[in-house]
Amino acid sequence: MNKEILLFVNDREQKIVTDPQRTLLEVLREDLKLTGTNFGCNEGLCGACTVLIDGEPNHSCMVRIGEVEYKWITTIEGLAKGEKLHPVQQAFLDEEAFQCGYCTPGMILNAVALLQKYPNPTDEQIIEWMNGNICRCNGYPKIISAIRRAVKLIKEDK
Amino acid sequence: MSAKIKSININEIIELENEESVFKPDWEVQIDRRTFVQLLGAGILVVVTGDFAEGQMRRGGGQAATVAARLQISQDGVITVMTGKVDEGQGCRTQLLQAAAEELRVSPNQVRMILADTSLVPDDGMTAGSRTTPNNVPPVRQAAATARDILTQIAAEQWKVDAKNLQVQNGIVTNTATKESLTYGELTKIKNLSESFKQTVSSNVTLTAVSNWKVLGSSVPKPTGRDIVTGSHIYPSDIMRPNMLYGKVLRPPSYGATLKSVDLSKVKEMKDVIVVQEGQFVGVAAPTTFLASQAIDAIAKTASWNTVSHPSSKEIYQYLRDNARSGQRGNARSRTSNAFSQANKVLSETYYTAYIQHTPMEPRAAVAEWNNGSLTAWAGIDYPQRIQGDLARAFNISNERVRVIVPDMGGGFGGKHTGQAAEEAARLAKAAGRPVSIRWTRADEFTWAYFRPAAVIDCRAGLDENGSIMAWEFTNINSGNAALNTPYRIPNPVEQYVSSDSPLSQGPYRCLAATANNFARECFIDELAAAAGADPLEFRLKHLDNQRIKTVLDTAAKHFDWETKRKKNTRETGFGLACGTEKGSVVAVCVEVGVNVKNGTIEVKRVCEAFECGPIQNPGNLLAQVQGCIIMGLGGALREEIKFENGKILNASFSNYYVPKFKDVPEIDVHLVNNTEIASAGAGETPIIAVAPAISNAIFAAAGFRVRSMPMIPAMIEHAKKISVIT
Repeated sequence: MNKEILLFVNDREQKIVTDPQRTLLEVLREDLKLTGTNFGCNEGLCGACTVLIDGEPNHSCMVRIGEVEYKWITTIEGLAKGEKLHPVQQAFLDEEAFQCGYCTPGMILNAVALLQKYPNPTDEQIIEWMNGNICRCNGYPKIISAIRRAVKLIKEDK
Repeated sequence: MSAKIKSININEIIELENEESVFKPDWEVQIDRRTFVQLLGAGILVVVTGDFAEGQMRRGGGQAATVAARLQISQDGVITVMTGKVDEGQGCRTQLLQAAAEELRVSPNQVRMILADTSLVPDDGMTAGSRTTPNNVPPVRQAAATARDILTQIAAEQWKVDAKNLQVQNGIVTNTATKESLTYGELTKIKNLSESFKQTVSSNVTLTAVSNWKVLGSSVPKPTGRDIVTGSHIYPSDIMRPNMLYGKVLRPPSYGATLKSVDLSKVKEMKDVIVVQEGQFVGVAAPTTFLASQAIDAIAKTASWNTVSHPSSKEIYQYLRDNARSGQRGNARSRTSNAFSQANKVLSETYYTAYIQHTPMEPRAAVAEWNNGSLTAWAGIDYPQRIQGDLARAFNISNERVRVIVPDMGGGFGGKHTGQAAEEAARLAKAAGRPVSIRWTRADEFTWAYFRPAAVIDCRAGLDENGSIMAWEFTNINSGNAALNTPYRIPNPVEQYVSSDSPLSQGPYRCLAATANNFARECFIDELAAAAGADPLEFRLKHLDNQRIKTVLDTAAKHFDWETKRKKNTRETGFGLACGTEKGSVVAVCVEVGVNVKNGTIEVKRVCEAFECGPIQNPGNLLAQVQGCIIMGLGGALREEIKFENGKILNASFSNYYVPKFKDVPEIDVHLVNNTEIASAGAGETPIIAVAPAISNAIFAAAGFRVRSMPMIPAMIEHAKKISVIT
């Protein structure tokens, strides 16, 4: 049964008429054409589909579109301000913290959430927070370096 | 289409990877200039017309017949390089870009790459076997150097001077005497390059010496980096076409099951759903994945199947041994029996490796679109021309009617050589009359993609009275012959690979069977060292003639401080090492491992790896490859193992198939040895092969018992159970 759902995606209001049981991931990709959020497992076990819902990291494959009515969603496409990358994006780019890059949007969004909660994270905090995001290229060392670099870039930004 | 899964002949793949150039030429695409400009997209004006794709060449040989088939130069000086290679994260887009920029003497940002589009690119063979560096970088360099010579000659004719008096730098040809200069873009306006670029690529053109490299040898970043961090990079799963539908395919409940009957009537009544049945193939297409999933789930409930018996992973090693097709083992034995009878000590052990899955982050995905009987498929696969042929055969059309495009994809690791998703999408798209996207689920990928083969490896060796190896037998059952041969100095070694009847579809995985063979050999060498009462490092060095392996062993040992560490083994902490060579590169690894014998846990604390692959072409990317291999290697070494019973995969999920995560990353210390005396070898695979044996050897150093199977943690837990019974 279709329903009209209003939500805000990357600061833009979206009115979607669809089955509320569809996942947020599917609606982002198939209806809103925001393909930066990636499908990895559909079980909330790999982090490739991580988005921010009202600022909190969530696996968009585990969230039904009907559950996010009136919520604020941030996807990887909504992080940069025009041409200026978000410091976490910039840090990933500077460190080349990706190989195939498929896990990167989820990694970046989860790292954005991490640095909002812990602006000066310890290594243990980084690892604990990021552990749900899998990188099968196993580029973890460079991702950790990128997060450390992002801490500095955010401070310089302020 | 059979419900039985397609098995890949491992030998065929090995042959493909090793001997691609033996294929006969069968590749030709006619395309006009207008099409080419369209395909390249806006902003690129192509001045070279006509025959750029005429490069009929030996299939997979990597040698484009003409310069135009390999590269184009626009009037604004932008260079476009075409290659059949695919980028799955390993970095060939950047590397081949560097190769062209180096020889054309331009900045990397003046070069654009077109990868893996059968309408546009030469057949450069399968992206596999670490072959890009040795097989594909040289032809790109030769084409670029030939183009540079052509452009220099145009300038020489313009100024009426000898080309020898001209210099080329930053894409500008300069007359050293008069200081006159012309850019590549300006030169294309002086003379139409379409005639000149018909010239055959010269294989004896002078290439830039390693000592003069400016672009190669430096950490040029991926040109796709910004798209990756902004989410605008387009993966195969992201392809969208007008009016596209999302497809789902009915999967058998178990291996070998065949469809007896199915009732499609209810689903055929579903609004907006297209249902297709062609023999065993049943699929649906719908405007959303949600609807397609509902439809296929409804169909699955009505399906009945004929099932067949299938062995279990619990008995897999005995099964592989029982089904080994061995004709040679007797003969091989007789050849070494004399040496063994004279040996002072004989050791004999068997090693095992489990089936594992590649689990790239992006499962198989493809979009297919038909237009007037011609098919275009965008797919995450490793060899566009091969899949082009497969699709042409599947739909009984000529190769010219199939175009395969491979957007840079989300990982592969040797696991995406087959094009099932493309064929499924094409079948549905044909029936629907609309483009269809197929994206495998994670469970599909775990179940219906091929696996890294399980192995049973028998080792037997004899030591003489001086503790030197004097007899050697090594038999790999089922998993392949990569790195089968010992790099150690042993008289008359007998080494063989014996195929078996694999119950699972199996195929290549990063470094093929080299991981299994090197695991067995390097653990066994450690056992021999112990039997000889020798230090594992000294024992290896004593038996090695290969100076390159010795160098990486020395390098790893020095940085790890092996000399001190080897004396500090305790019951809880062990230090181990291993080395190896495959695909033209050499590797050595030292590890520190924490061991708890009572509860069977292992913690890899530190990995120190030295790696050498000739002259390093991109140090940043090489470091990423080596780090990635080490951590991926930990997965197969410690935990990864496909479990199956009654034809079903029991752990087709990240919840019970445990791949390495952030918490599993040890302290990693990588030392890249830059050997400029030889040609560059590929580097995306070999760094994985010495990780597991080093860990097993460290466990022995600590706990005094050998773990002879991968993954090791289940074996450790078994051991812990045994000793708890005893004590």
